[in-house]
Amino acid sequence: MSALPFDPWFTDPRDLALFEALQEGLPLVSRPYAAMGERVGYTEAEVIGRLREWRASGLIKRLGVIVRHRRLGYRANAMVVWDVPDAEVSRVAGRICQYSFVTLCYRRPRRGSEWHYNLFCMIHGQDRERVESQVRQLIEGCEMTAWPTATLFSTRCFKQRGARYVPAPGTILPKPIQAL
Amino acid sequence: MNYTERAIINGLQGGFPVCERPFLAAAEQLGLSEETLINGLRCLLDNETLSRFGPMYHAERLGGALSLVAMEIPAADFDRVADQVNAFPEVAHNYARDHALNMWFVLATEKPERKDWILGEIERETGYRAYDMPKLAEYFVGLRLEV
Repeated sequence: MSALPFDPWFTDPRDLALFEALQEGLPLVSRPYAAMGERVGYTEAEVIGRLREWRASGLIKRLGVIVRHRRLGYRANAMVVWDVPDAEVSRVAGRICQYSFVTLCYRRPRRGSEWHYNLFCMIHGQDRERVESQVRQLIEGCEMTAWPTATLFSTRCFKQRGARYVPAPGTILPKPIQAL
Repeated sequence: MNYTERAIINGLQGGFPVCERPFLAAAEQLGLSEETLINGLRCLLDNETLSRFGPMYHAERLGGALSLVAMEIPAADFDRVADQVNAFPEVAHNYARDHALNMWFVLATEKPERKDWILGEIERETGYRAYDMPKLAEYFVGLRLEV
């Protein structure tokens, strides 16, 4: 493999087939990578090699189980948002992430007068009161009392599934960034 | 939920081994047998506790776009708009939330250009504005739920 910073990932059609087969889910057999290899024309070792590479590069963010959180009783799903001065966002986000009940944290753009919040985090909890107390804990612990905030609980879930991607063959993707 | 199911959900949200016998390696970590782990996973998939057992791909690195979109929909129109929005396969999840902006969904597209096209289609079909809020920075992705 070349070490150029940009190199197509799916130069071999088997890569694309593997990528798509993996998306269907890992086969529930003792040697799943051998089974996937048989489907796409790779050996078990080749499949393992490709997957390790994709994982190290961040192309695969995570391999594992993806749960339907409502089925697990996590029905209090809160999106907590703040309007934080731009210069402070990274610092504050770093503190927010210290709390184990925070599941995701992003900076997003403000949208005029309709939406003036720029820092978002998610808390998935089993009951609303507990999540509300976690939000208070977060605001005090991270010294965010001065900034406007809102907590948006989900009231209904219409659709919950993993995103699916169908990249074109020969898609140009960045080469692996050295794993940290 | 039994011990095995709990162990699988708590143990396999963070990762799964890539080696010749991954179920065996994971099972050893969880204190289960390989067969119990495989059967447990099959049950959790069959009863839809798990939506998938596989990869979470990095959309942006695949050349795609992933965004969070919010809309303000009057209660009387909410179900109609939800149906219209959910009909797009690129809409990955959609939640009603208690705010003036009361509909929030994730849009995942293969190509960045397609995102703007879909947002335009959604606005045209529904008659309401869609506020696009792509992530500018990601500080933490550790969505892991304990049971």
